[in-house]
Amino acid sequence: MNLSFVVLLPFFGAVLTGWASHFGRMKSAWTAGAVTLLAVLCLAPFAPTPFAGETVLWRLDWMPAVGLDLAFRLDGLGLLFASMILGIGLLVILYARYYLPERDGLGRFYAYLLFFMGSMLGIVLSENVILMLIFWELTSLSSFLLISYSYRKPESRRGARMALAVTGMGGLALLGGLLLLGEMAGSYDLSVILTQGEAVRADPLYTPMLVLILLGAFTKSAQFPFHFWLPHAMAAPTPVSAYLHSATMVKAGIFLLARLFPVLSGTPEWSWLVIGAGLATLLIGAGVALFKHDLKGLLAYSTVSHLGLITLLFGLGTPLAAVAGVFHIFNHATFKASLFMAAGIIDHECGTRDMRRINGLWRFMPYTATLAMVAAASMAGVPLFNGFLSKEMFFAETADFSTGFEYGWLLPSLVVASGVMAVAYSLRFIHDVFFNGEPVDLPRTPHEPPFWMKAPAAILVAICLLVGILPALTVDPILRMTVASVLQAPPPEFDLAIWHGFGLPVVMSLVALVGGLSIYAARRPLFRLAARMEGRIDARAMYEWLLAELMLFSGWITRRLDNGSLQRLVLVLLLTVLVFGVLGFVGSGSPLTGTRAILPIDGVSLTMTAGLILVTLVTVALHRRRFTALVVVGALGLLVALIFVKFSAPDLALTQLSVEIVTIVLLLLALYFLPQRGPDESSAARRWRDGVVAGLAGLGAGVLTWTILTRPLESISDYFIANSLPGGGGSNVVNVILVDFRGFDTLGEITVLALAGLGIHAMLYGLRLPGLTHDADGRPWNWDTHPAIMAALARLLLPLALLVSIFIFLRGHNEPGGGFIAGLITAVALIMQYLTNGVAWTHRRLSSNMLPLIGAGLLIATLTGLGSLVFGYPFLTSSFTHVHWPIVGDFELATAMLFDLGVYLVVVGATLLILIHLGLMHRATHPGADGSHANQEPA
Amino acid sequence: MEALMSLIVGVLTAGGVYLLLRARTFSVVLGLTLLTYAVNLFLFASGRLTIGAPPILDPEVSRYTDPLPQALVLTAIVISFAMTAFVIMLALRARAELGNDHVDGRASVRDSRESET
Repeated sequence: MNLSFVVLLPFFGAVLTGWASHFGRMKSAWTAGAVTLLAVLCLAPFAPTPFAGETVLWRLDWMPAVGLDLAFRLDGLGLLFASMILGIGLLVILYARYYLPERDGLGRFYAYLLFFMGSMLGIVLSENVILMLIFWELTSLSSFLLISYSYRKPESRRGARMALAVTGMGGLALLGGLLLLGEMAGSYDLSVILTQGEAVRADPLYTPMLVLILLGAFTKSAQFPFHFWLPHAMAAPTPVSAYLHSATMVKAGIFLLARLFPVLSGTPEWSWLVIGAGLATLLIGAGVALFKHDLKGLLAYSTVSHLGLITLLFGLGTPLAAVAGVFHIFNHATFKASLFMAAGIIDHECGTRDMRRINGLWRFMPYTATLAMVAAASMAGVPLFNGFLSKEMFFAETADFSTGFEYGWLLPSLVVASGVMAVAYSLRFIHDVFFNGEPVDLPRTPHEPPFWMKAPAAILVAICLLVGILPALTVDPILRMTVASVLQAPPPEFDLAIWHGFGLPVVMSLVALVGGLSIYAARRPLFRLAARMEGRIDARAMYEWLLAELMLFSGWITRRLDNGSLQRLVLVLLLTVLVFGVLGFVGSGSPLTGTRAILPIDGVSLTMTAGLILVTLVTVALHRRRFTALVVVGALGLLVALIFVKFSAPDLALTQLSVEIVTIVLLLLALYFLPQRGPDESSAARRWRDGVVAGLAGLGAGVLTWTILTRPLESISDYFIANSLPGGGGSNVVNVILVDFRGFDTLGEITVLALAGLGIHAMLYGLRLPGLTHDADGRPWNWDTHPAIMAALARLLLPLALLVSIFIFLRGHNEPGGGFIAGLITAVALIMQYLTNGVAWTHRRLSSNMLPLIGAGLLIATLTGLGSLVFGYPFLTSSFTHVHWPIVGDFELATAMLFDLGVYLVVVGATLLILIHLGLMHRATHPGADGSHANQEPA
Repeated sequence: MEALMSLIVGVLTAGGVYLLLRARTFSVVLGLTLLTYAVNLFLFASGRLTIGAPPILDPEVSRYTDPLPQALVLTAIVISFAMTAFVIMLALRARAELGNDHVDGRASVRDSRESET
């Protein structure tokens, strides 16, 4: 068992849970719970190590050359977060089973929840920062899925999209930041990065790197000015809000701040950016929360505010502030998750979350009310509850930090102001909901929820109380362990007592409590003011405006470039290539002609070149007379094959020759369904323009070829030539490269071929096109049967041609030939039968279903590759042996040949598939083309 | 010889590009075919031109041309056949669906006159 199990278990569990829901919603809930418990059990044996101050590391090398490994670590910070993720996760799974309506199958919900759990565990347990980023993005995705869980509601979809856009943008910035950080530290492993603090802070790129990483952290943790997505994420089911959007996922940004604290903190840039964002978020969140009438809205803005508080603490940069930050992460997770659960219960029981309507619930649900009141008191920072302890540390730290600055008193005063607001909104949560008169027009009559729905909240509230009353006995060791790993140093001296004696922090707490009470007392005029201000300053409106502008801008660019004309797009592409090509030529300044010795020109070559150029020009000139142009192109292909012959490439010549035949047949078949003559529609100016562009492109290509051909070559091919015979067992190096050295490439290429065949198969499905009845000059099509002598000859030639293809195939490993060429020859031989004997005749003798052939080819090639794995060699390692056959003589057998057989089958299958189906279309559209209906004029 | 090869690649490219810029699918397919020849020859030539030294091992021969570009081009020839086939089928399908063979699928004046008659 190792650390990766903890992270990977929830992912497998997600699939299992989704599947389990087919057998009932309870099965799904039990599976989700069991998977989480199992992950806890996997984590438990490692837990003592971080308490001893050590780090558990587990690593699987993946791409060590670029610093990418599947590596996990468990230290104090990771353990604290992992316990929170698993513990609160377990409670939320229990809670959700009662919260979600009976008609919900739960499978999808729990699968998403476990998917999130695995991703979040991945963030906190990753040793490699790139790995962490991958999990970071996965949490954004799972959050998207969970917010849009009720995808029929527009606000769910909008909230999900907004959360994904904001956190996704942050993730992109974070990627840049982490790459920079990794380069500065010389490693992507946290163990190394955490020791490189000085080098990183001294790096000239420190500031951009910091900004990028902070963008990632701030978007994720909903810091100002990116805080607006979190309230909209409240469209998610309440268990999700409790879990992702208060206790765990939104803490990922803060986790990152804590994780990189020893590396990044301690500079003015860090202090300004982090304190600034934290303070703004703290104040705005607290200020808005009071005026939200929606229960979850209040909690959402309070969450924003508390996230700002923790960020501010890490911004202060002192060890004691880090202690307070870690402490508040823990406290906030407990009291806010239980508050969300209470809000969910109230919503569930009353059918609404509007605090103007839900009043006086104390009478209906005293137990739930007690739980909620304890948690809210903790949120307000009332003594004897855990929130009080961390908040007082927070007050003390801000007061400490600001001494020695001009206007330093501003920070503690603003912080106290936020404390006042926190007390006020906590008070509102208690008084408005549970007292304050009678409920107004509720859709349902509220009563206590089932016991097990309250239990998760009760457990969390119990923790709040225990920690609040007995901090030294409960949370102290956890805090010391976590802080030691955050600071990468022994934790500072601190004392978790409820009473430290009368000092500034106590005064600040008192002011907050009294101020909060009075603000709440004076709430009615404030609410009226807020109602008038509503909608004036709205970050969401800014976001939507920005998004709309962005859409308009990209739409404008697209419309400028793409007016729906392919010709124009191709022209833009060509001109771009030309411009960059010319820039490259001009910019390099190296001579056109290299130093390589040049081959002399002989007469035959010169004639051939002249012929080839002439044929090309004729093709272009006659391109509107399509049939003629096609015949000329065929000649061009043959000339190209001759070039391959001339320059020592027999394999290429053979391939080109057979491909040329197949291509021309294909184009002829296709031309039957297209107009025989192209219209004369381009203006002279346009032809000139295109001519100039084409000329420039040709000039560029020609000059480029010249510069390359005249330069000496340092090739890696000596290796292939030296190892072809001893390593691959073949003397045709080209073939050995194809089936052995670069066999994986070839496997990919035949797959592409097969896919093209399949695509064409799909495209021709149900295609009906009218064929020709007259040729371009108006003469009627001749429906004569196929010429008898040619038909007979072709039938005679078939076995011979197949024999040739087998011969070519077998000798391919040592002499020019091989699977590709043999496949093409077979295909040509069979196509000849269609051409000379007619589709119907051949169709009776040869199945037109080529898909099994293609499949068999791919299977053989892949299995050959896998076969070498069985013997403990890498994929597609070949082996060969020589056997003596009577009559034939010495004969070589190589597994590469089996692979080549796969290539052969795919080539035959794909080529025939393409041509046969086009041919069959002729028959479908023109019964007259069928041999049996010869001499009949089509209707 | 290198000059002739450069000339061939250049002319084939120019012809291919010109046809690529035409408005009818069949011309574009022809253009792609020409461009394919040019690209294959260019890739092949990047192994430099050698006469009379095919990469077939023989104990008595010590001079071979570079086999690697040949292996690359061999598959490129086959793949470009598949691509040509795919594009021409696309053209046929477009003709069937849209009723004309213009690359943008919009009928020109001439096409509509044809369909009226």
